[in-house]
Amino acid sequence: MSGRPSAWRLLTQNGVVAFGLALLGVMVLIVLLAPVLPLLDPNVTDVAHRLKPPLYPGHWLGTDQVGRDILSRLIWGTRLSLVVGLTAALVAAAIGSAIGLSSAFYGGLADTLLMRGIDMLMAFPYLLLALAIVAALGPGLFNAMMAIIVVNIPFFARGVRGGTLSVVNADFMAAARLSGLSDWQIIATELFPNVLPGIVIGVSTTVGWMILETAGLSFLGLGAQPPQADLGGMLGEGRNLIQVAPHVATIPGIVILLLAVGINLVGDGLRDVLDPKLKSGGLARTHARTAAASSEARRAGLQPAGDAARQPLAVRGLHTQFTVGRNVYKAVGGVSFTVKPGEAVGLVGESGSGKTVTALSIAGLVATPPGKITRGEILHHGEDLVDVPMQRLQAVRGGTIAYVFQDPLTTLNPLIPVGEQVAETIRRHQNLPRAEAWRKAVALLESVRLPDAANRARSYPHEFSGGQRQRIGIAMALANNPEVIVADEPTTALDVTTQAQVLALLNDLRRERNAALVFISHDVGVIAELCDTVHVMYGGKVVESGPVAAVLQTPAHPYTQRLLACVPVLGNPERKIEPIPGLPPATNALPEGCAFAPRCHLAEARCSAAEIELAPVSADHFARCVRVAA
Amino acid sequence: MLNSYILRRLLLIVPVLFGVTVIVFLVISLVPGDPAKAILGTFATPDAVAQVRHDLGLDESLPVQYGIWLVNLLQGDFGRSYILHKPVIVEIGARLFPTLLLAGVALVLSSVVGILLGIIAAVRQNSWPDKVITVAVLVGISTPSFWLGILLIFWFGVRLAWLPVGGMQEMFGGGGVLDVARHMVLPACALAAVAGAVLVRLTRGAMLEVMRQDYVRTARAKGLPERRVIFVHAFRNALVGIIPVIGLEAGFVLGGAVYIETVFQWPGIGRMLVSAISTRDILLVQGGVLVIAVAYVIINLLADIAQSLLDPRIRAA
Ligand code: SF4
Repeated sequence: MSGRPSAWRLLTQNGVVAFGLALLGVMVLIVLLAPVLPLLDPNVTDVAHRLKPPLYPGHWLGTDQVGRDILSRLIWGTRLSLVVGLTAALVAAAIGSAIGLSSAFYGGLADTLLMRGIDMLMAFPYLLLALAIVAALGPGLFNAMMAIIVVNIPFFARGVRGGTLSVVNADFMAAARLSGLSDWQIIATELFPNVLPGIVIGVSTTVGWMILETAGLSFLGLGAQPPQADLGGMLGEGRNLIQVAPHVATIPGIVILLLAVGINLVGDGLRDVLDPKLKSGGLARTHARTAAASSEARRAGLQPAGDAARQPLAVRGLHTQFTVGRNVYKAVGGVSFTVKPGEAVGLVGESGSGKTVTALSIAGLVATPPGKITRGEILHHGEDLVDVPMQRLQAVRGGTIAYVFQDPLTTLNPLIPVGEQVAETIRRHQNLPRAEAWRKAVALLESVRLPDAANRARSYPHEFSGGQRQRIGIAMALANNPEVIVADEPTTALDVTTQAQVLALLNDLRRERNAALVFISHDVGVIAELCDTVHVMYGGKVVESGPVAAVLQTPAHPYTQRLLACVPVLGNPERKIEPIPGLPPATNALPEGCAFAPRCHLAEARCSAAEIELAPVSADHFARCVRVAA
Repeated sequence: MLNSYILRRLLLIVPVLFGVTVIVFLVISLVPGDPAKAILGTFATPDAVAQVRHDLGLDESLPVQYGIWLVNLLQGDFGRSYILHKPVIVEIGARLFPTLLLAGVALVLSSVVGILLGIIAAVRQNSWPDKVITVAVLVGISTPSFWLGILLIFWFGVRLAWLPVGGMQEMFGGGGVLDVARHMVLPACALAAVAGAVLVRLTRGAMLEVMRQDYVRTARAKGLPERRVIFVHAFRNALVGIIPVIGLEAGFVLGGAVYIETVFQWPGIGRMLVSAISTRDILLVQGGVLVIAVAYVIINLLADIAQSLLDPRIRAA
C-alpha cells in the first residue's frame, strides 16, 4: 500500500458513514441557508389557521397551536439546536482538555485534587447535575447550555488526562524537556497532537448527546424560552396537543432523531478511522467449528484412505486458509500425516509454518471467521471430523481427541476454579454426578502432581504459577482418557527447567494411558526427545517427514538441515539459536514451487518452476526438494 | 461473607458521599443575588428574608454554612419548601419510592433485553439479525426518550387505548400492584429504550472481544455444548466489563426519569424537580438532587461489589 489513505477517503468509503455525512450535510446546509430561504416568519402567529395538518396550502408541515408555520420554526429551531449543541461540545472539550492536559502534565497535588473533584462531579447522574445548575442559575437557553457544558467537562478531562499520561513519560518528552522548550511549547507541540484524536472522538460522540440533552431541557421548559424555540422547545409545546394534532410534536422529534442518527454514524466512522484498535469484529471466533467447503470439493483428487481409515487420526491433503479483507492466507496448503495408536508424532517448524493451524484443524478449532478448511479430510477411525454432525464432533473433542494449548494463562478461564474446569469436561463426557466428577478432577490434579490438589482445586488460574497452570491443562486433557492428545507448543511459555518437568510428565502420563500424541513445536530438540515420527513444516506444507532418528540424523531437505544447525547440543542450557537468514514466507503470497527457495543457499531455477512433490529418501523418509526428487 | 475488597469499597464510599454533599451545597451559592430572596420569591417580606437567612446560616462563612447544613442533613432536616409549605424531607419521602421503582424496572428491563440482544448480535455476527439489531440500536441511542414517551402515549394510550397514559397519583392506594404495573409499562419502556440500546452495543462488543479469547477455544476443545461455551465461558467474562456500565446506566435512567415522569405524570422526584425549578424552590431541588445522587452512588457501589464477586482477580487486587 502506498501511503496512508486520507481520513476523508476512509470515511466516505464506508457506505453507512457516507450516508451519515450526507444526512448531516443536507441538514447543515438547510439551516445555514435559513436566512435566504423563502420561509415564513417563524414567530408570526395566525390563530385563524392554527393546528393545520402537514401539506396545508402555504404551510408544508402545517401550523402549530397559534398558527405559526412549522417548517420555518423547524429550520430555525434546528439551527438553534445545532449551534447550542456544537458550542457546548466544543467549549466542554476545550475546558476539559485543558484541565486534563495540565493535570497530567504537572501531576502532583494539583492532579490529585483536580481528579478528586472530577470524581465527585461524576458521582452524579449527569442530567441531575445539569438540572441543579439550571435551578440555581434560573431557566433559559444560555443557562441550560452552561449546565450541559459543566456536566460534560469531567468526561473530557478524564479522557484527555489518561491519553496524556500515556505520553508524558515517553522518551520524546524527556527529549523535549532537554531541548529547552517551555512547558507551554511542550504541551502545544508534543502533547496536544497526541491527544487530539481522542478529543475529536470525544466531541463526535458527545455532540449528539449534548443536542439531545439541551433539547431535553428546553422540552422541560428550562431551556429556550418562548417565543424562541429550539427542537426540544417545539416538542414541549406539541406534547399536550398529541391527541388533537400529533404532527406538532412528531415532526420536531423526527428531526432530532435524524440529526442524532447522522451525528452517531459519523462519530462511529471517525472513531474507526482515528482509533482502529477499538474497531470490533475481526477474528471473533464466533462459530462453534471451523467452516469447511463441501465434502465433494474437499475430497476431489484424494486417494482412497486405505489403511489410514483404521487409524486414530489421519490428516489427508488438508488445506486451511484465512480470508481477511481481500487477502487470502493459505496457512495450510496440503498437509497429510497419520497417527497410529500410541504413536508420538511431531510437527516442527518456525512460527507461521502452519503447524498450529494444522493442529487446530483436527477438531475444527480454527477460528471462523476468518478460517476455512477448503480441501482435505481429517479421519478419526475413518470418520471425517470436518463434516460429522456437531454433536458427534463435540463428543470427540475432549473425549477421544484432547488438546493441550500453548499459554496456560490465557487458555484457562479466569473466572472459574480450576477444579471445576477439569470437572466440567469429565461431566460432559462421562455423565457422572457432580460430586463424583469433582473427586475425579481432584485425583487428576494429584496425578499431574499439583501440590495440595484437594484444596487448590478451588483456586483460580491466576493463583497458580505458569508450570502449575500447564499441569492443570494436562489434567484437563487427560480427563477422559483420550486416544489422541494434541499438544500445541505446551511449554513455550514456561522457563527451561519447568519445561523439562512438564514435558516429562506429559509423556509419562500419556504412555501410561497409551494415548497417541501430536506434538507441535519449533524446538527440534524437544521433538527428538518425545516423538517417534516427525513432519517438518514450511510455508504451510510438510517439507520432510519420517522417523525422528532418520530425519534428524540424515536430514534431506535444506530447510531441515538449516533448522538442525540452529539446535544446540543437548544438555547445554546456553541455547544459542542461530536463526535462518530471511523470513518465513507470507502465506498470502506464496511463491511458485519451493517456498523455501528465497532463503535456500542451494536454490536453482527449477526450484521455482513448478509444484514439487514429496519424494522418498528411503522407504519411510520423504522430502520435498528437487535435489531429492532427482 | 465480607471480604477485604468489599470492606475497602465500602470505606471508599465515604469521601464520595462527602463530595456529593459539597457539590449539592455549592449549587446554592451559584444562585445570583441573595439566595434567601430567591428561595422566598420576589414578594417576600424583609422579616421572612431575615428568617430564612438565619435558618440557612447565610450570615456565616461558607464552611460554617456547610457544617450547619450537613449536621441538619444528618438529622433528616433538608430544610423547608416555602412554596409547598412543608419540610423538604416529607415531600421527597413521598416521591422517592415511585422514582426508584420506575428507574429500577427500567434498568432491569434495559439490562436484560440489552444484554440478550447484544449476545445474539455477537454470536450471529454479520447475519441479518445482527444487522437488524445494529440499526435498531442506532435508532435507539438517537431517539430522545421524552419524544419516545409521547409517541408511546399516542399509539398505545390514545390510538389503541391499550394502556393508561398517566394519572398515576397514589402508589399505594386504589388499584394495587396490577394497576401500578399497568401504569408503568409505557414509561418503563420509554425510559429503558436508550439505556438498553447502549447496553446492546456494549454487550455485542464485549462478547466479540471475549469470544476470541483462548479460553473460549479451550471450552470448545473440551467438547462443551455451544450454549455452555457462550453463556458460562464467554458471557460470564463479558459480564465483568458490562456490570460497571450497568452502574453508569443507572445514572442515565435516574436522569431520564425526569423527562419520563414529566411526560407520563408519574408522581416521582423527577417531576417534582421540574416544577420546583420553575417555582425556584431551590431547597426542594437541592434535596431531590442529593437523594438521587446518593441512590446513584449506592447503585454503583452494588455494581462494583457484584463485579468483584464475579471476578476473583478483582477481589485479590
Ligand atoms: S527445492 Fe530448491 S530451493 Fe527448495 S529446498 Fe530444495 S534446493 Fe532449496
